Amino acid sequence: MEGTAIRRRLTWQLGEVVETRTETRRARSLTFAVPEWPGHRPGQHVDVRLTAEDGYRAERSYSIASPPEEQPKVTITVERLDDGEVSPYLVDEVRVGDHVELRGPIGGYFAWEATMGGPLLLVGGGSGIVPLMAMVRHRRSVASTVPTRLLYSSRSQDEVIYRDELDDLARRDGGLTVIYALTRTQPPGWTGYGRRVDGELLRDVAWPARENPLAYICGPTQFVETVATGLVTLGYDPTRVRTERFGPTGGG
Amino acid sequence: MPENFISRAFRGRRQTSEVAARLPPGQYLEQGFPVLSAGPTPRTPLDRWDFTLVGSVAQPKRWTWDELRSLPHESVTVDIHCVTKWSKLDTHWEGVSVDTLLAQVVSDAGYVVAFCDGGYTTNLPRDAVTGGKAWIAYAYDGAPIPPEHGGPARLLVPHLYFWKSAKWVRGLRLVEKDEPGFWESLGYHNLGDPWKEQRYAGD
Repeated sequence: MEGTAIRRRLTWQLGEVVETRTETRRARSLTFAVPEWPGHRPGQHVDVRLTAEDGYRAERSYSIASPPEEQPKVTITVERLDDGEVSPYLVDEVRVGDHVELRGPIGGYFAWEATMGGPLLLVGGGSGIVPLMAMVRHRRSVASTVPTRLLYSSRSQDEVIYRDELDDLARRDGGLTVIYALTRTQPPGWTGYGRRVDGELLRDVAWPARENPLAYICGPTQFVETVATGLVTLGYDPTRVRTERFGPTGGG
Repeated sequence: MPENFISRAFRGRRQTSEVAARLPPGQYLEQGFPVLSAGPTPRTPLDRWDFTLVGSVAQPKRWTWDELRSLPHESVTVDIHCVTKWSKLDTHWEGVSVDTLLAQVVSDAGYVVAFCDGGYTTNLPRDAVTGGKAWIAYAYDGAPIPPEHGGPARLLVPHLYFWKSAKWVRGLRLVEKDEPGFWESLGYHNLGDPWKEQRYAGD
């Protein structure tokens, strides 16, 4: 397996919020200046720690959306969970000039660098796009020509995060194809997919298995299960299918 | 890092003291059962499934699915803690104690490496999986463990972060010398005691 072991100790650092950006009704990006940031690989995440006045603390992990090339700036994109403890604070409360405790980077298997090659298949569901965006941005930053297909499933067009940037990147770069699937509502004249990702859709969109693609899938559990199983069924080498899942299942 | 850092306007959500006392530092209560896996869910038919004890043992040992299921088993109710910050309380499992399995081999090895379908591994000191602290679990909440949660069988080591409770486990390799497993090679802590918040190397 690739991946550099993290040998040094990960310590908490203060990141200053230098930019915020509303992505959708529920998602916001926060860019932190982190002077001592050790660097990260596209796809890794960062731990966030919040402390209340009485000393009560809450910690969460968020995927990093920015490429390593923007170091020492680190951007996360957070989706508000209505019953969440931390995400409403990060999406609605935090403002430029605030500080947040961070430590990272965390992970290292769900990571892609241009040197790992391709062809690359990225499949994201909902806010599962975030770590994949770090890969896409890294690919652009280093002017990589690795053939890349991004399949991005959202409920509706206004829930698509990074839409303008993705469309712009795809327009400028013949090596990058972005395919959307809108599962609940589609705008008038929609020419993309208007349904959930399944085996048939993957057969249309995914690189043929004989090209020995490298695949990264991130999204809700059931979405990732469907896509990962679908790709293996299409003949993908399971060791070249990397997954990251979030959200509870019905089983618990 | 200043010790007295306060996040402006953050209040948080307190648990009852009873629940809070069962949550290790940095963990939050989860009612669902999130799934974390690095790759596709492997599916091995039960008639081709086995569980083995190999490595530094006088005589390796192998159980088929039916043989494992006929061993004495236990029901346990435990709290589980994932390094990604969620904890789930009072989870019900059934399985065979690792003590029961290790009693059938002769070995002085001080460490084990759990190995799994899909290639996952995780390393543990032998004393972390003996003395009634670990099981090869095959039922969750009264039903076979669903594949995405590690079925047909997973290691259950609830006193450590849940990445040590390897899904799709197929055996233990006994080793004289500790060797890092999958996540342990990627910067996660070698032992992973949630009560000491041993998430990452150096914690």
